[in-house]
Amino acid sequence: MAADVHNKGVSWEIKNGNLAPSDRLRQDRSDSPTPGLVEGTEPGAGQEGAMFVHAQSFEDLTADSESNTDNKSAEVGDSNPENAQKAALEGGEEEVQEESLEAEQEEVGKEEVQSSNKAKEEDVTSETWRSHRKHVFVLSEAGKPIYTRYGTEEALSSIMGVMMLLMSFVEDKKNTIRSIHADGYRVVFLRKSPLILVGVFRTSCSDRELTRELHYVYYQIVSLLTLTQLNHVFQNRQSYDLRRLLAGSEHLTDSLLRLLDRDPGLLLSAVMCLPLASSARDVVSSSLQAAKAKNLVFSILLAGNRLVTLVRKKDQFLHHMDLHLLFNLVVSSSSFREGEGWTPICLPKFNPAGFFHAHISYLEPASDLCLILVSTDREDFFNLSDCKKRFLERLRRRSAYQSLQEALNMPSYPVSQVGIPELRHFVYKSKSSGLYTSPDLPAPYQEEEEHERLMGLYQHLHSCLHNPTRPLRYIYRCAETENLYALVTSGFELYLCFSPLGTKGLAVSAVNKLLKWIRKEEDRLFILSPLTY
Amino acid sequence: MSTRGTGRTNGSLPQTKICQFKLVLLGDMAVGKSSLVLRFVKGQFDEFQETTIGAAFLAQSVCLDDTTVKFEIWDTAGQERYHSLAPMYYRGAQAAIVVFDITKPETFERAKAWVKELQRQASPNIVIALAGNKADLADKRLVEYEEAQTYAEDTGLLFMETSAKTAMNVNELFLAIAKKMPKTDTQNPTHAARHRGVNLQDPDAQSSRSCCGN
Ligand SMILES: Nc1nc2c(ncn2[C@@H]2O[C@H](COP(=O)(O)OP(=O)(O)O)[C@@H](O)[C@H]2O)c(=O)[nH]1
Ligand SMILES: [Mg+2]
Repeated sequence: MAADVHNKGVSWEIKNGNLAPSDRLRQDRSDSPTPGLVEGTEPGAGQEGAMFVHAQSFEDLTADSESNTDNKSAEVGDSNPENAQKAALEGGEEEVQEESLEAEQEEVGKEEVQSSNKAKEEDVTSETWRSHRKHVFVLSEAGKPIYTRYGTEEALSSIMGVMMLLMSFVEDKKNTIRSIHADGYRVVFLRKSPLILVGVFRTSCSDRELTRELHYVYYQIVSLLTLTQLNHVFQNRQSYDLRRLLAGSEHLTDSLLRLLDRDPGLLLSAVMCLPLASSARDVVSSSLQAAKAKNLVFSILLAGNRLVTLVRKKDQFLHHMDLHLLFNLVVSSSSFREGEGWTPICLPKFNPAGFFHAHISYLEPASDLCLILVSTDREDFFNLSDCKKRFLERLRRRSAYQSLQEALNMPSYPVSQVGIPELRHFVYKSKSSGLYTSPDLPAPYQEEEEHERLMGLYQHLHSCLHNPTRPLRYIYRCAETENLYALVTSGFELYLCFSPLGTKGLAVSAVNKLLKWIRKEEDRLFILSPLTY
Repeated sequence: MSTRGTGRTNGSLPQTKICQFKLVLLGDMAVGKSSLVLRFVKGQFDEFQETTIGAAFLAQSVCLDDTTVKFEIWDTAGQERYHSLAPMYYRGAQAAIVVFDITKPETFERAKAWVKELQRQASPNIVIALAGNKADLADKRLVEYEEAQTYAEDTGLLFMETSAKTAMNVNELFLAIAKKMPKTDTQNPTHAARHRGVNLQDPDAQSSRSCCGN
C-alpha cells in the first residue's frame, strides 16, 4: 500500500499538454476566461504537476473500505433526514444509557488508565451528553473502550460493549453492519481491524460522509502508533487497553473532529493556501528548497491552518490527508510554541508501517508561521534545526520575512472583492492541484454555530454530487436563509452560497464571473509552481 | 523570582568560559516537566500547559562565577508510546532531572524506575537530580519529603522539592546541577559543534571526547 501511494506521481504529468498553459505564458493564462473544464487547465491548476497524491475526492479516502462493504445497510425506523435536526435520542437507546451507569460503578478502580481531560468529565446520563450532534466512539475488537468524544471511556464501557456485540452479531451472519437509521439519528459503523469506530450523528449527511469522518479518526490513531504497532499490541493481547499508548493524545482527536465540522478542506480532500503575492511565495519556496538535508522528505510552512508552501523530495508525494493530520497536530498543540518540537509521526497514507520524524517549530514565538520539516531519520534533529536556521537567514536576507508577516496579519479576502451581488461565500477546489480557495466567512456565518451549519450544508451538497449510485454534475438548493449552488467538473469543484434573494439564473451566471476572477487572482490564491529538492 | 536576574546571562563576555551540557527531563506524563522547563527558560507558568508531543528542545544559560553554563534541554513527553525513544534523549546527556508529582505516589515509583534505567544505560558520569514537583499542593501531598530525600541520598541523587507554579526551587535546581558539571571550556566552536553532534549520534565517542573530563 505504502509503495503504491507515492509512486502515483508519474500519472500526474499534465495530460492535455496542448491545453495546459505553459509557465512563460502566465499572463495569457490569466486573461483566459476559459472555465477550465479539463483537469490541469482549471484556475489554480499547478503548472508542474501537483504536490499531492492524486486524490479526486473522498472516493480515494474510503476506497480501501469499499471492497468489503458491499452489503446492504440496515435501515431501521425513520431515516428521513428532514427530521434529523429535531429528533432526540429515545427509546431503546435509553436502556443502554442506564446500563452504562452501572458499568461505571463496576469499572471504577479496575481501570489503570484515567482520563486526564477534565473537559471530558461530563455526565453520560445527562441531557447535554445526549444532545451533542456528533458522538464518536473507538473501541477494540474485544469491546474495550479506546476513545469517546464526550464523557469518559470508563463510563461508556458498557455501551461500547453493546456496539461490539451488535457488530459481531451481524458479522456472524456473513454481513457487515454499516449504519442504523433511527429517530433522526444515524449510527455508522466502521471496522478497521483491530479497531472498531462508531459514530452517532444527528445530521442529514450521508453514511459515506460520516464514514469518511470515522476514517479520519482511524488514521489519526494510526499516525500516533503506526498500523504495525497497533496490530502488534492486539496480537499479543486482545484485551489490551490501548488508552495506555494513546495517553495524552485525546485532544488531537477532539481537535480533528472539530476541524471536520469546520474546515472544508477535509471535506474536499484539499488544502487552502495563504493568499500571498506569487513573488513573495516564490522567495519563501526557494529559500525552503535551498535549506535541504539528506533525509528531509517534506518541508511545510503553515500559517495557522493555511499552507504557505510545501517543498518535497523529488518523486515523493504527500497525501492531503496526511497533511491534514499534520495541520491538526500543529493547531491542537500549543506545546510546539516553546522551543523546537521533535516527534515521531506516521503519515498513514504514505506508509502506515513506519514513522517519520518531524521537526516542528514556529518561526517566532508569537508568530502564526509554523515550519514542519519531515525526515526519515530519528537522529536528524540537529540537522533539521540547522535547516530551519538556514531557511530563516535566507528569508531575512531576501527581506521576504516582512511581506510574509504582513500577508499573515491580513484576513484572506472578503467575498465582495469578487463583485457578484448576493454572493455570500464560496469554496473552489482545483482538482489537479488539490488546493482550494475560499473567502473570509461573512457576518452571519462567523458565529460558531452558523459556521458549522454552513459547512453542514456544503457537506450535504457534496454528498449529493458524489452520490455513488446517482452522481450529479450540479445542484441548486433554495432554503429559507440562503440559496446554494454546487457543481463539479473534471477540473474543479465549486460550492456557492447566495443570499435568499438570489435566483438560479444569477447563480449560474455567477459561476463564469467567479471563475474569471479566480483565474485573475490564481497567482496569489494558489501555489502554481510547487518545488522539489 | 529574584534569583532569575542573577542566575543568567544573555551574551557571553569574551573572558568567560562557556560550557555546554545536554540535560534531559524524564518522568510520568503531567508531573510538570514542561512547566519546570518553561519556568526556568521563560519565567512563565501555564495552568493549562498542554501535553508535550514527542519531545521539545530548548536552550538556556546560567552564569556561575566566571563560567557560562549553557543547558541544551530535552523535555520529553513521558508517555508510554514514546518510551522506546527515551534512550535517544538521555544518551550522552551530562545531566538528567527525573520529575515526580508529590501528590501522586505512582509517579514517584515511575521516577525510581527512570533513575534505575539511567544508572544502567546512560553515561556513567551523568548527574541525576530528582525533583518532587507541585510542592505548592501541600494539602494533597502523598509522597513525604523524607521518603524521597532518603531515597535520593541512598541512590546518590540531587534532590529538591519544586513548584513550577510558584517558582520555588526551580532556578535553584538548575543552578545546583550547573555547579556539579565539570567546567571545561567548550567555546572553541569546532569543539562545541562536534560535541553537540556527538551527543545525539555517537554515545561512545561522546564519553571519551566530551568536556566531562573523563
Ligand atoms: N499546582 C501545580 N501545578 C503544576 C505544577 N507544575 C505543573 N503543573 C500543572 O500540571 C499539569 C501538567 O504539567 P506539564 O508541565 O504539562 O507536565 P509534563 O507532562 O510532565 O510536561 C499542567 O496542568 C500544569 O499546569 C506545579 O508546580 N504546581
Ligand atoms: Mg510535557
